[in-house]
Amino acid sequence: MERKVKISVQNLSVFFGRHQALRGLSLDIAANRILGIIGPASSGKTSFLRALNRMNDLDPESRAEGRVLLDGADIYHPSQSAVQLRKRVGMVFALPMPLPMSIYDNVVYGPRLSGVRDRATLDEIVERTLTSAFLWDEVKDRLNLLALRLSGGQQQRLCLARTLAMDPEVVLLDEPCSGLDPISTARIEDALSVLKARYTIILVTNNTKQASRVADETAFFLMGDLVEMGETSQIFTVPKDQRTSDYVTGRFG
Amino acid sequence: MRIPPKITQALAVLILGTATLVTVVVLVLIIAFVLKRGVPEISWEFLSTKPQEMGKAGGILPTIVGTVLLPLIAIVIALPMGVGTAVYLSEYTRENRVTKIIRFGTDCLAGIPSIIFGLFGYIFFVTILGMGWSMLSGGLTLAIMILPTIIRTSEEAIRAVPQAYREVSCSLAATSWETVHKVVLPNALPGIMTGVMLGIGRSIGETAAVIFTAGSSLMMPTSLNDSVRTMSVHFYLLAREGISNEKAYATAAVLVFAVLFVNLTAYWMMNRFIAKRSS
Repeated sequence: MERKVKISVQNLSVFFGRHQALRGLSLDIAANRILGIIGPASSGKTSFLRALNRMNDLDPESRAEGRVLLDGADIYHPSQSAVQLRKRVGMVFALPMPLPMSIYDNVVYGPRLSGVRDRATLDEIVERTLTSAFLWDEVKDRLNLLALRLSGGQQQRLCLARTLAMDPEVVLLDEPCSGLDPISTARIEDALSVLKARYTIILVTNNTKQASRVADETAFFLMGDLVEMGETSQIFTVPKDQRTSDYVTGRFG
Repeated sequence: MRIPPKITQALAVLILGTATLVTVVVLVLIIAFVLKRGVPEISWEFLSTKPQEMGKAGGILPTIVGTVLLPLIAIVIALPMGVGTAVYLSEYTRENRVTKIIRFGTDCLAGIPSIIFGLFGYIFFVTILGMGWSMLSGGLTLAIMILPTIIRTSEEAIRAVPQAYREVSCSLAATSWETVHKVVLPNALPGIMTGVMLGIGRSIGETAAVIFTAGSSLMMPTSLNDSVRTMSVHFYLLAREGISNEKAYATAAVLVFAVLFVNLTAYWMMNRFIAKRSS
């Protein structure tokens, strides 16, 4: 299979004040595949993810150096709008974070901001994205329910649907299953495996098993450096770097 | 020696319970006192006619109108300015020396005696801007007076909205302003309403700032440029000048009912709003 590059990260460093979270790393992210990012706490996984949709910009102390090319265009170029970027690069957070409104309104939050008003179109988006997130059957009769009333696993799938509703090209997931039970986790993983046909997916996870289950490629981060990246099967069976080997076999981290 | 937990617990219940009891009893006594002397004097005629002989006889209709309109003008001006300032301070600026000075300034303004606002309003609106004793001068003065309260309560309410909501909204490609009006303000609304209620309460009860700026005319106002008398001012003048104690207490009783009505309406609206959002 030909590997088409969706995002090319070139010598990316991220600083928060004086603290350097990422140390000039470079990697290419393939389109329509799932990239798993593993590594111990404070290895820069989340900072990396949030650099890809410029969520780090929310912290006034933060600063990025290097280039991040999305389909060849640098997202940090002064002419690029962060708001437009986030329509193309969606994000699901570690904790399920529905907005305090109905299930329906959560899903159409992004589309409405983009100016979609037609009820039939919005209805279609809601059904399609909730189906993609494996949640439709559980909530189709109560779309006006306050989203906070759903269970944690349902909330997280709602958040996934909400991100998909913007029709992004890339979906970033920041430890999306860290607070979920195994069944909810399995549902999310099933959804991701289907969704990669349509989206480029980047999954940060603290759970190396999860990476080995769902990721096509895996990158191992350590202390703000990219130690190694490759096909998931290779990373987990014949890693090139001793530190990767130690981490995936559970000897440290 | 350590006091046994059972005794400290009993002491806490006793002291806190007493404090609560004293507060409630004092409040009830005040209201009962006013109502007992005022309610027998209230009649439909009292509510619906103009005062005669400086208020010795007749009703209080113009002062009811004044009591409704002055706080209304004040809130219409102060609410957008106050909430706007609060949003700017909390969402659009970083904490720095300027925001600290603004916050310190509003805190100081909130504690200034109302008569100072009255004097300022008299010099600035009534005299310099030539608005005379008028509803407009009075409303603007009251607006300035309640502005600090509205800014501070709104700011607290806005800061209490979880940061995660802002992040989520931002990640869904919302601009700052879209996040503010779709997520932050709706969630801060109950807190903002508290500030509004405090502001309305202060405006309704205000005398010093109103006498200096809106005057104390007993005529029915027909425009914003007319002088007007509020119920609070009417009560103050009736009692102070010894015109009529009966009419004074009747006015006070109507005032109590008015404040009660405003608060109950606000609670009712708030509950409906919350129920609608959490269905």
